[in-house]
Amino acid sequence: MRYLPLTKDEQQEMLASLGLEKIEDLFQDIPAEAMFQGDLDVPGPLSEAELVRHFRELAGKNKDATQLVSFLGAGAYDHLIPSIIKHIVGRGEFLTAYTPYQPEITQGVLQSIFEYQTMICELTGMEASNASMYDGASALAEACLMACAATKRELVILPATLHPEWQAVVRTYLENQDVSIVFMPQHAETGTVDLDRLADLPWAEAACVVVQQPNFFGLLEDVAALKARIHEAKGLLVMAVDPISLSLLKSPGELGADIVVGDGQSLGQAMGYGGPAFGFFATTDKLIRRMPGRVVGETVDAEGKRAFVLTLQTREQHIRREKATSNICSNQALNALAATIYLSVLGKQGFRDVGYQCLQKASYMKQRLLEIPGLSSPFSAPTFREFAVRGQVDWVEINKRLLDHGFLGGLPLARFGHPDLVLFSVTEARTKQEIDDFVSTLRGLIQ
Amino acid sequence: MSEKLLYTKEHEWVLVKGNIVRIGISDYAQNELGDIVFVDLPSVGDWVEEGEGFCALESVKAVSDVYAPVSGKVVAVNEELEDSPELINESPLDKGWIVEIEVEGTPQVGDLMSEQEYAEYLKGV
Amino acid sequence: MTLRADVPLIFERSTPGRRGYRLPELDVPETPLEELIPQEYLRTEPPALPEVSELEVVRHYTQLPRRNHGVDVGFYPLGSCTMKYNPRVHEDLVSLPGLSAIHPYQPEETVQGALELIYNLSEHLAAIAGLAKTSLQPAAGAHGELSGLMVIKAYHNHRGEGHRTEMLVPDSAHGTNPASCAMVGYKVVEVPSNERGGVDVEALKKLVGPNTAGLMLTNPNTLGLFDENICQIAQIVHEAGGLLYYDGANANAIMGVVRPGDTGFDVVHFNLHKTFSTPHGGGGPGAGPIVVSEKLAPFLPGPVVQKDGDQFRLVMPEHSVGRVRSFYGNFLVYAKAYAYILSHGPQGLREVSATAVLNANYVMNKLKDVFELPYERICMHEFVLSGSHLKKYGVRTLDLAKRLSDYGFHAPTVYFPLIVDEAIMIEPTETEAKSTLDEFIEVMRQIAEEAKENPEMLTSAPHNTPVKRVDEARAARHPVLRWKPEASGEQ
Repeated sequence: MRYLPLTKDEQQEMLASLGLEKIEDLFQDIPAEAMFQGDLDVPGPLSEAELVRHFRELAGKNKDATQLVSFLGAGAYDHLIPSIIKHIVGRGEFLTAYTPYQPEITQGVLQSIFEYQTMICELTGMEASNASMYDGASALAEACLMACAATKRELVILPATLHPEWQAVVRTYLENQDVSIVFMPQHAETGTVDLDRLADLPWAEAACVVVQQPNFFGLLEDVAALKARIHEAKGLLVMAVDPISLSLLKSPGELGADIVVGDGQSLGQAMGYGGPAFGFFATTDKLIRRMPGRVVGETVDAEGKRAFVLTLQTREQHIRREKATSNICSNQALNALAATIYLSVLGKQGFRDVGYQCLQKASYMKQRLLEIPGLSSPFSAPTFREFAVRGQVDWVEINKRLLDHGFLGGLPLARFGHPDLVLFSVTEARTKQEIDDFVSTLRGLIQ
Repeated sequence: MSEKLLYTKEHEWVLVKGNIVRIGISDYAQNELGDIVFVDLPSVGDWVEEGEGFCALESVKAVSDVYAPVSGKVVAVNEELEDSPELINESPLDKGWIVEIEVEGTPQVGDLMSEQEYAEYLKGV
Repeated sequence: MTLRADVPLIFERSTPGRRGYRLPELDVPETPLEELIPQEYLRTEPPALPEVSELEVVRHYTQLPRRNHGVDVGFYPLGSCTMKYNPRVHEDLVSLPGLSAIHPYQPEETVQGALELIYNLSEHLAAIAGLAKTSLQPAAGAHGELSGLMVIKAYHNHRGEGHRTEMLVPDSAHGTNPASCAMVGYKVVEVPSNERGGVDVEALKKLVGPNTAGLMLTNPNTLGLFDENICQIAQIVHEAGGLLYYDGANANAIMGVVRPGDTGFDVVHFNLHKTFSTPHGGGGPGAGPIVVSEKLAPFLPGPVVQKDGDQFRLVMPEHSVGRVRSFYGNFLVYAKAYAYILSHGPQGLREVSATAVLNANYVMNKLKDVFELPYERICMHEFVLSGSHLKKYGVRTLDLAKRLSDYGFHAPTVYFPLIVDEAIMIEPTETEAKSTLDEFIEVMRQIAEEAKENPEMLTSAPHNTPVKRVDEARAARHPVLRWKPEASGEQ
């Protein structure tokens, strides 16, 4: 086998050193009725060349964003990815390392996580960040559970404007711990949380209120009123944010958030059919001992030199077992590293440029689309990189025809209960030409 | 003598002053736990039951509960431990005290060990 | 340049106004910012990200990994983590744009290749587990445990047996097991180990009952020992109405040798970043798919892929526990596991496990006269020594772990499992050459000697690493979790 280095002679020598004759003798502790007889029903073995051919065939059956011009978003985005990221994360010392449990020989990973934590704090305006979570949705679920533990309450208030898949994930996590969920309705005109209908909600029992910013429909929520309500009731404000939007928007920390989560795919990660990217998780100093996941801290070595180390580990499963703040162990460290490189090479100005270009290009496309007769804007609240458009057409069918023209259209929201809406996303990767071509193609298809 | 220092089998020490019982952990215990990095103190006013773990001591890679040797109300906590948990390592019997509990009536500490008895007990641990 | 020098943080390399990557010029007509977003929503200060050139970024993130151990750097016998070689071709495969640049909401007809991959891998993992259906949603082993326990809970609830809330967990189990139980509201009932390191069957009989939801078991267990009573254990739990959960952390020992489903397990999770060689990446991303029996399949987290004729599509299982994360799991991670299975084939996978077991036994046999071996049996893919005899020289297992770094080896897992005093858990994996194993054996024996002759050499170790022993207590007492400009160089 390609990856098994032992020669036949070495194998025999090693068996002999154990007083054994054949490989099967190693399995003598396994009772006969437990042994599997025969061959596993899996294909192979394939040589490297055959494997590459097979993967090319599979990949060739997909249409990807290098062949299509994409306006799809809703949680995964076609942003520009600087070339250096893949070269750095491909380095064996990063790629093939385990969790940095031995700090003296893992300073590279530890320091990069410390830098990552600092960047997440800068983006979110929070005081502490962990080393990453699986994704944004599960990070939000964990944030809700943390809020319940911190407040000793068993109810959370979610916005109806939260991404439906995130709603589903939060529901899965929370119902297993018998935590109730109450929804804040969407305002029909603004498309954001209906601030006129907050009075009836069970604030006094709520561990937290969640706000997604921008919300699922790409709209900017007014956070101040929700913050006032929940803090008055001694609950926590949890914000689920799009990291790119934080280049322009007021930070959640400034808005008074207690826990901030989000999905990091936008920060230099491949779309990869939805994974792996990473979730980020940030909070206040006051709450750090309730935070799930790994965290890196600064300290010194025996000679007094700066060093980094996994810290506050008593929160975690390998020490506290059933009393841990979460069961999370593996996270998405390499993706967090990619984001760290992304934010470094974009830098202060470059990162702002990304947000600014997304906003301007999305705004331009929205204006152009709304010039098409039959299309209208369903909501009045301001938008950032995504926006919904209303039109009495079969968006799934339209998208099929757009594909023939080389476009991946917006996401038809019929699957989420809005048959006449479609959600477009426009990143800095789109050009004016692509937008203009798309608008004129769509105009042709609708008329 | 109005004050006497006694020990529990869980390696806490107990100093009785009237109906107030001051509690900490023994020198042996702090040595076993290693560097204490965080003390999760109870709040003044909390009621604790005898045998209940009312406070968690965290070292880098372990968490240990401190058990209440008596039932009563927490009337004082050593707030210095919040910023300097290492006091438990440096001065377990003095500056590293943890809480004071007020009991109703006379503290029932008859089955606790004296210093000599505890020294004997440690030999068997 | 010496590796000893402190590498500044990327923030400390920053020069105001310097730029790295640049975007194309904005080519659409601009609208004033305030007309698009109300002023009160806008931030006044941009995030203080570094201002560095591309070369500075490349240099920085080239200097950092030089201060890091990895499988590519040297031997990594970290028990329970299966640090085997990660084939490089896998990185090429998942970089194909047809896999890496597809959007999770593309119409299914434009991602048939991705769905076919998911379907095939699901089938192959089911074949390896000896069970029926797979969900690739979970992002890591602990996430798989959580998902698997949710499936078990949903199954009991569906049958009107919601009172079954006790999960049996051996005292040798990974910390994630009890922690995952807590996350589904289960009460953990600890099962003691017997003198051979397996589940104490008599104790188990007394612990099962009408409230038993199931038993979580790692087999081989965390001592690296195969539980000989597995079939009897399964029978006891099943007769009590419970289900058996297989923690696949140690599945590298059993591929093609034992199929967990055949020995009575109802749910299996695999750690693809262990057994199936997807890189650990400094802590993740992993993938923790679960495989279940036919009767549990309707409860799997979704969506999963179904094949209709020659078309593949995403479906939610009928009574699904729901979604455990967005989209379809860590696709580009598990695609590498698919490649791993294909490149090995059925005999190759069995050979992987057999070689992993041979290597572990070889190393164990050469070390058992200088370290204590608490359970003297043939081990599986890993084994546990005790360093308790070193205490009399004032040396702890931790010191031994640190000293190994001086010789260029990563330490084994230490202080786990909890049932062995001063535990040293060694997992060589199958991809190491005999010469590497021999070097490791030699160094371990030398360190055992040093502990007697020169204990200070161990207690002050490591000596040859980029930093000396790190003060973990200080980090935990006064947490500094981020860099701040004014705090640089001080605390």
